Amino acid sequence: MQNNSIIRIKELTKSFPAGKTNFLALRGIDLSLGTGEFTGLIGPSGSGKTTLLNIVGSLDTPTSGEAWVLEQSIGKLTAKQAAQLRKEKLGFIFQSYNLLAVHTVFENVEFPLLLLKMGAAERKKMVMDALEWVGLTDKVQSKPPQLSGGECQRVAIARAMVKKPSLVLADEPTANLDAANSHHILQTMVKLNEELKTTFLFATHDEKVIRYLRRKIYLLDGKVDKDEMVNGKEVNSKK
Amino acid sequence: MKTALKLAYRNLIGAGLRTWLNVVVLSFSFVAIIWLKGVMVGWDYQAKTDMTNWEIGGGQYWHEQYDPYDPFTLSESHAPVPREFKNEIAGGNMEPILVVQGTIYPQGRMQSIAIKGINTKQEIFLLPTHKLDTVTDAVPAIIGGVMAKNLRLAKGDYITLRWRDAKGTFDATEIVITDIFSSNVPSVETAQIYIPLEKLWEMTMMQNEATLLTFRDQEKERPAVQGWIYKPKEELTASVDEMIKTKTAGQSVFYAILLLLAMLAIFDTQVLSIFRRQKEIGTYIALGYTRREVVGLFTVEGAMHSVLAALVSAVYGIPFLAWQAKVGWTIPMDASEFGMAMAQTLYPVYSAGLVVSTVLIVVLVTTVVSYWPSRKIAKMNPTEALRGRIQ
Repeated sequence: MQNNSIIRIKELTKSFPAGKTNFLALRGIDLSLGTGEFTGLIGPSGSGKTTLLNIVGSLDTPTSGEAWVLEQSIGKLTAKQAAQLRKEKLGFIFQSYNLLAVHTVFENVEFPLLLLKMGAAERKKMVMDALEWVGLTDKVQSKPPQLSGGECQRVAIARAMVKKPSLVLADEPTANLDAANSHHILQTMVKLNEELKTTFLFATHDEKVIRYLRRKIYLLDGKVDKDEMVNGKEVNSKK
Repeated sequence: MKTALKLAYRNLIGAGLRTWLNVVVLSFSFVAIIWLKGVMVGWDYQAKTDMTNWEIGGGQYWHEQYDPYDPFTLSESHAPVPREFKNEIAGGNMEPILVVQGTIYPQGRMQSIAIKGINTKQEIFLLPTHKLDTVTDAVPAIIGGVMAKNLRLAKGDYITLRWRDAKGTFDATEIVITDIFSSNVPSVETAQIYIPLEKLWEMTMMQNEATLLTFRDQEKERPAVQGWIYKPKEELTASVDEMIKTKTAGQSVFYAILLLLAMLAIFDTQVLSIFRRQKEIGTYIALGYTRREVVGLFTVEGAMHSVLAALVSAVYGIPFLAWQAKVGWTIPMDASEFGMAMAQTLYPVYSAGLVVSTVLIVVLVTTVVSYWPSRKIAKMNPTEALRGRIQ
């Protein structure tokens, strides 16, 4: 595995059954991501960005090729090992927030720590820290239906960040937000990326997000079309 | 498991009214089942106590020819009281009863009956035999309320009684009803009259003979006596156990319907949950649960309905059940028509075993019903679930 790489993908394909044939969503992806990157998978609907994100997040498995995430080969993980990887090292942010509606803000953010079986006092401190990062310490006892979309996504960020994961995967995190909220959310994520050195990988086609990315990987029809840093330098993903 | 319990509790409490509706329905099942079973146990206990007090004491010896279901055996089923029991009888710890077939003619009608001669000073039975210890111009007799009602007899009525003596000669006399008792035990009330034993000995020329010997206290072992058959209390009350068993089996259908209704609500909730909470299921998996663990969480959540129901049941069920145990349940029909020992008002008896077994059964059934639909989660594609796309 490449030094300093948090993700390394080689000749990755993914197909789904579609009637009597198979639909090829990813057609030989090669790329690698280093620690602390703030990178986006950019492309139109059907380009394969969410599929790639799901494989990186160990929610799905490759049809062929390899995907190494935090030194673990996704295709070879058992369900339990994959769950362990997600539980300990990965954070997820979803387009529709995916908060637990009947739980309070505190309980939502506390959830990943409960799975890690942390003590109550430690959990409380970490949850309050995470809520402070996203500026929601005054909404601790609120429930998601009582929050605005922006606040919900900030709760989702706190939930993803509370255990200080190595990698955060964000699938269209601003799709349901207005411009002001989108910028607020992205500024929060940039700040966390810089302060905690957490790697962020987005799947997006939202211009507001793209402006914040330091590396842009364009996908088209399941292939990497272009991979560039913000300074315009192309990245050779096969290195 | 601790995490699953904590999350399940949060999910249930957070679901609010939907949870409480299920919990309340389930709690009705808890209380109804415990109450019904309590009534059956109470009936069993009460029936046996009544039989002990009114009919069988601590057990009996029957004359070897005696068959209570065959009146034609009565003419042969009598013999002198065995000598070995003289002391017990003298001490009031054993009572001989002579049973003879007879006929009464109330208001010109004819009714076959059993004439039972009993010691007027006996203290083993609750029968008001002291009412036989009186001087009248006819033979004093006491009868049960059921017979009095059927034959329209009242205290003070005179009736002609006909019987056959030891030699088979018919004789007749007048009897007077000195008391009518109510016992809850049909077999001591129906088609029989009680008269003083000494009088019956005299009437039948069967001096010092008996058909039944009833002893006061239940003992483990009784000696075998020539010509007499030992009938322990358990054997004499076996018919009650049989009847209660039959009734309980019949009631099981009712329990099953009650449980089915409650389980239907839980099953429905689980099925709906799995479809409505797809994103939540996907989220659990994304955050680090395996699909099996999510199945476990949903199963615990479903099963927890029964735990909450047990708590809710305790809130209103304990006062209700305690009140019922105190005032009893009055049967809305004539209990004497049941044909077995049964009081008009039954007092439920609850044991710890009854409560614990009911709770365990309901929790177990709820868990199975919760697990059944939850298995579908194990087959879910988490990426589809996250987007709520599973149909």
